[in-house]
Amino acid sequence: MEVLDHLIQGFAIALQPMNLGLVIFGCALGLFIGAMPGLGSVNGVAILLPMTFLVPPTGAIIFLAAIYYGAMYGGAISSIMLGIPGASTAVATTFDGRPMAMQGLADKALITAATASFIGGTISVILFTLFAPPLAAVALAFGAAEEFALMMLAFATFIGLGGDDIPKTLFSIFIGLVFSAVGLDIISGQPRLIFGDIPGFLHGINFLVLAIGIYGIGEMLWTIESSKGDVQISQATVTVRRIIDDLRTLKETFKSVIVGSFLGYFVGILPAAGATPGSLMAYGVAKTLSKDPDSFGKGNPEGVAAPESANNAASTGSMLPMLTLGIPGSPTTAILLGGMVIWGLEPGPMLFVEHQEFVWGLIASLYAANLFSLLINVAFIPAFIWVLRLPFTVLAPIIFVLCIVGGYAPTQDMHDVWLILIFGVVGYLMRKLEYPLAPAVLAIVLGPLAETSLRQALLISNGSLMVFFERPISAPIMVVALVLFVLPLLKLIKDRVGARGAA
Amino acid sequence: MRKAELVMAVVMGLFSAYLMWKSAELPIGWIPEEGPGGGAFPFWLSAGMLVCCVWILVRWFRRSSTVSVSTDPYMDHQTLRMFLLVAGSLTVMIGLMHIVGVYVSIPLFMVFYMRYMGGHQWLTTGVIAVATPIVAFFFFEIALKITLPKGFTEPLFYPLYDIFL
Repeated sequence: MEVLDHLIQGFAIALQPMNLGLVIFGCALGLFIGAMPGLGSVNGVAILLPMTFLVPPTGAIIFLAAIYYGAMYGGAISSIMLGIPGASTAVATTFDGRPMAMQGLADKALITAATASFIGGTISVILFTLFAPPLAAVALAFGAAEEFALMMLAFATFIGLGGDDIPKTLFSIFIGLVFSAVGLDIISGQPRLIFGDIPGFLHGINFLVLAIGIYGIGEMLWTIESSKGDVQISQATVTVRRIIDDLRTLKETFKSVIVGSFLGYFVGILPAAGATPGSLMAYGVAKTLSKDPDSFGKGNPEGVAAPESANNAASTGSMLPMLTLGIPGSPTTAILLGGMVIWGLEPGPMLFVEHQEFVWGLIASLYAANLFSLLINVAFIPAFIWVLRLPFTVLAPIIFVLCIVGGYAPTQDMHDVWLILIFGVVGYLMRKLEYPLAPAVLAIVLGPLAETSLRQALLISNGSLMVFFERPISAPIMVVALVLFVLPLLKLIKDRVGARGAA
Repeated sequence: MRKAELVMAVVMGLFSAYLMWKSAELPIGWIPEEGPGGGAFPFWLSAGMLVCCVWILVRWFRRSSTVSVSTDPYMDHQTLRMFLLVAGSLTVMIGLMHIVGVYVSIPLFMVFYMRYMGGHQWLTTGVIAVATPIVAFFFFEIALKITLPKGFTEPLFYPLYDIFL
């Protein structure tokens, strides 16, 4: 088994003292970030990415992946204890987690969430280990046309499956792509879109500037607005005895966990879907399959287990297209992808050939991150509950300072810091009007690649757009993308016809 | 909400038009043997942005999107006050970074935020406001070797550089 050999090599890397330390530190930090209302994996990864320049790329991605995982575990903590989702990915966990906490079963809800996350994470990492190498092998044969088609597919999922306002989603994609074009033209080397002839634009707009602006400053402004008013923290009695009792009753949630894991993994692969819809779907399916659907929403542990296993599985799922195709499966992986470019790695299938230690070190560390997130989570439940009591007016200025200084670090240009502030403020104002912002972050990361592959493909075909529909691999991808683009239109027409029929 | 939606769409529409004009500084057509010109990609994308803005405006006039019929205020009084305070203090902090550097502007910002906005005790405020820049110094300047902007306070750091670098 070749995969097994690679995996063993991967573990040799992941278990090096420094990398293992990074996994443990990352998991703890991720749990903390996830537990704070308003902050989730994407915010943690965006704000902390500049801090990873301290360690080599493999260590850096292991650390960020551990934060990603930890945050998925941590999101459940505030969902259960406060009734406020710690991150959007844990929204479904509030449905039954909060009622359980109100009934004095907070400890059981927390343990259920942690173990479900562990099983979901582990199943998905196993699926990932099996799927990734063959997919990367196929992707090695991709040319410019296929690459561009894949990116069209990624954007199309936002239109077809994102569920947000369509013109606003499209706008977000376009503006992200335009911002990625600022700087020097990749082919002719001429400067372009140098607004107001400010020299700072010559080096382009770094994706991190947009990501920190939106997920750092913008998210904080959003949280400050939405967290007005006091919240009630539930009490949790945690003793070793109760934990053992809780663990014993877990098998009743087994079915929901398995459903959540598989569903979450496959939904997570889609760029626009990811952990939030994955966990909501898992909740719905678990409820449908349950013998007692009426108990859902009133404190059924299965209603905690299904979404929690799904959101962890989805976070692994979203790494599959990122590593094998170079197309991120979620905003968080979009930022990881951008990070890989900064670290000097070229994302995509060649990673599996040229940087095996990086890929397999990461995969092995995902197994470790799962285990440590579970252990840290269960062992330090009281500590995380204490975190929830921290006043926001202490955390907020620290996070703002992290955003500003972290944003300055990569380019060491004050120009970028001002841009972060502008993106943060404008992003917040647009978000209030229901403009989705994740597509813009994905677009600015994919922009340079999209432009290069489009121009190369057009050059080869001498300007004919048919090149995307004539090649055996790009054609079906483009067709699926186009279907996703028109899907909402068809729905609109159907609704109209239906409305007319009814009238 | 309805007014804000209109203003945002118009502003973004104007911005799109500006981007189109700016992209057209480079060739946007087909260059033989070279493929599409350097301005083509951003030009057509900005055009797409403009189309989206027009689309949003059309839906605004027809009142067919959720935001355009919402009667909720875009920002209530309290939200606006918080927003202006936070965004304003961030702007002042970044502005001060040019003049007095991060090691003065960060503590000032933190004291303002925690003491004035959070109403915390001087002890808590002081400890965090002093500890944050010290941690930042060791992490960025010493471990990462990234020099943070210091403005005219730069000479004060020469002895520290001598010790740690």
